[in-house]
Amino acid sequence: MSTTPSSVALEPTGGRRRQTDRVMRVVLLVLTLVALVPLVLVIVKLLGSGLKALSWKFFTTDPTGSFLGDPGGIKSAILGTLEIIAVASAFSIPIGIGVALYLVEYGKAGRFASVVRYFVDVLTGVPSIVFGLFVYAALVVSKVGGSGFAGWKGALAVALLMLPVVTRSAEVVLLLVPDDLREAALALGAPRWKVVWRVVLPTAKPGLITGSLLAIARGAGETAPLLFTAAIVQGTTYNLNARMNSLPAQIFADVGQAQDRLVTRAWGAALTLVTMILILNIVARLYSRRSRLS
Amino acid sequence: MEAGALAPRGDSGALGLRGTSRGRLADPAFRWLLTILAALILALIVFFFVFLINKATPAISKFGVFGFTFGNDWDVSRNVFGAWPLLAGTIITSTVALVIGVPIAIATALYVSELCPVRLRAPLTMLLELLAAVPSVVYGLWGVFFLIPKLRAPSQWFADTFSFLPFVGGPVAGPNYFIAGLILAIMILPIVSAISREVISTVPAEIKEGSLALGATRWEMIRMAVLPYSRAGIVGATMLGLGRAVGETIAVTLVIGNSPKIGKQLFDQGYTLAAVIANEFGEAANNKLHSAALIAAGLVLFVLTLLINGIARYIVMRGDRLRNISPTEAEIGMPTAAPLMGTGLTK
Repeated sequence: MSTTPSSVALEPTGGRRRQTDRVMRVVLLVLTLVALVPLVLVIVKLLGSGLKALSWKFFTTDPTGSFLGDPGGIKSAILGTLEIIAVASAFSIPIGIGVALYLVEYGKAGRFASVVRYFVDVLTGVPSIVFGLFVYAALVVSKVGGSGFAGWKGALAVALLMLPVVTRSAEVVLLLVPDDLREAALALGAPRWKVVWRVVLPTAKPGLITGSLLAIARGAGETAPLLFTAAIVQGTTYNLNARMNSLPAQIFADVGQAQDRLVTRAWGAALTLVTMILILNIVARLYSRRSRLS
Repeated sequence: MEAGALAPRGDSGALGLRGTSRGRLADPAFRWLLTILAALILALIVFFFVFLINKATPAISKFGVFGFTFGNDWDVSRNVFGAWPLLAGTIITSTVALVIGVPIAIATALYVSELCPVRLRAPLTMLLELLAAVPSVVYGLWGVFFLIPKLRAPSQWFADTFSFLPFVGGPVAGPNYFIAGLILAIMILPIVSAISREVISTVPAEIKEGSLALGATRWEMIRMAVLPYSRAGIVGATMLGLGRAVGETIAVTLVIGNSPKIGKQLFDQGYTLAAVIANEFGEAANNKLHSAALIAAGLVLFVLTLLINGIARYIVMRGDRLRNISPTEAEIGMPTAAPLMGTGLTK
């Protein structure tokens, strides 16, 4: 099919059209390869500079903050990121799926639902730093909860960022649940909420999990909102109302120091962060594939 | 098999068919709960906007909306805040990002959906999506310790050789607009590419086959059938990429040099709206006017992204009303329909 049957009558310009075709195919291929160059360069540099930093101690000690000698590891940053992401997910995933359920099950194409959908899209476009600024001005400056910077405030800023991602991906998946299933359950006399709880949600579960994991992966890499809200600190803390370290914030702080030992730590932390995000992405995709088999 | 798997577990009593009065109350309660959640989103955005305006008032009332946005003087020590140098930096870096990123993104979308062997389609798509998985701060780190030192000499050569071009020539600064724009180009590439791919995949096969049957080569088919059909969507994708570039903070903060004066040329240091907020909020804590000015800068950024995204969505939707594309879906990297594929649930 790809052989052009036209070479006899339809090619008055001789081989020129062929030539252009061949050239443009190569150009598109080359540009595609060019697009992958930064990916390769980043990964090579990340492995080259990051692997050196990794050791058991790197993961099990807190940053010391001393300018001379041992700079310490990134334990508090890893735990802080996990805590912040857990709290952010606890806020954004139930609310996001709830809003998506409203849009699909009740709102449908109504005016209110369209407005909500539009505003969710608006939220998707808001830069993460604006969310950070908002939480900073609303909760940090006025020291809500007794302290200024706090882990839960950082989590809230990240949750705001994840919310539209969860909502839109959940809506896509919920829309795929066939109406026949809903109608069958309703015809059996099940109340609406039970149809949602026992039929719609279980059917959509793999897709909902995939969407949520992708949202978590997006949230985990965000730096800007955390700088304003959870700030940077050395020690590990499990107190959500205290300043909390995180991997992105730790990397940002270390880059600013321009000291070789700290920069090495930054590369190690970056490698750790990228690995975490990659694992989330892979699990998300595997999950959606596994459901296909069952 | 699917129907059996989907039926609720347990006996039919578990479905609660007995219709207790509690059960009858549960339904409206559930409906209201979900409606309130949806209303919460609206309330949040309204509160968000009003709150930021309120907090920015000291700066806006002192300099005026116009004076603040277009005043070419940002000087913390004199307490003078005009955001034009920052806005200009945002515009310059985003323009560089679009000029470099968009052609490459469109080329990848065309290659992946029209030219490459089917076997390579999925892996290539995955690699392109990996670009989006690298966090902003890691791109910044890479920019500082890889891109800036490696690009210094080539940039200087470019500046000397092409000094007759506008905005080119003179000494190259380490961190500069161009590096920031280049990193932004890498960061917007996956989004623009994903949405373009989505749009291109909706071009009807009849049109493509028709042009091939008329004797067009592959490239002529792309130029005369695929591109015209998907132009609106691609423009929209570009605008969404622009929205992303404008709001990007940390990577830019690390490589733009953070100088509140408009650079004279492409390789000068500069500043952007987002970068100034990230850098100065700490020192602004004790200066009412300064922090108000930063929040006002955030507001300008917010309004700018709202405008850009609004236009983008309008273009994509108008071009694709019949083709049913949601830009958001491609943007969030959701494998549309994939989670349910093969479960027998997709029609």
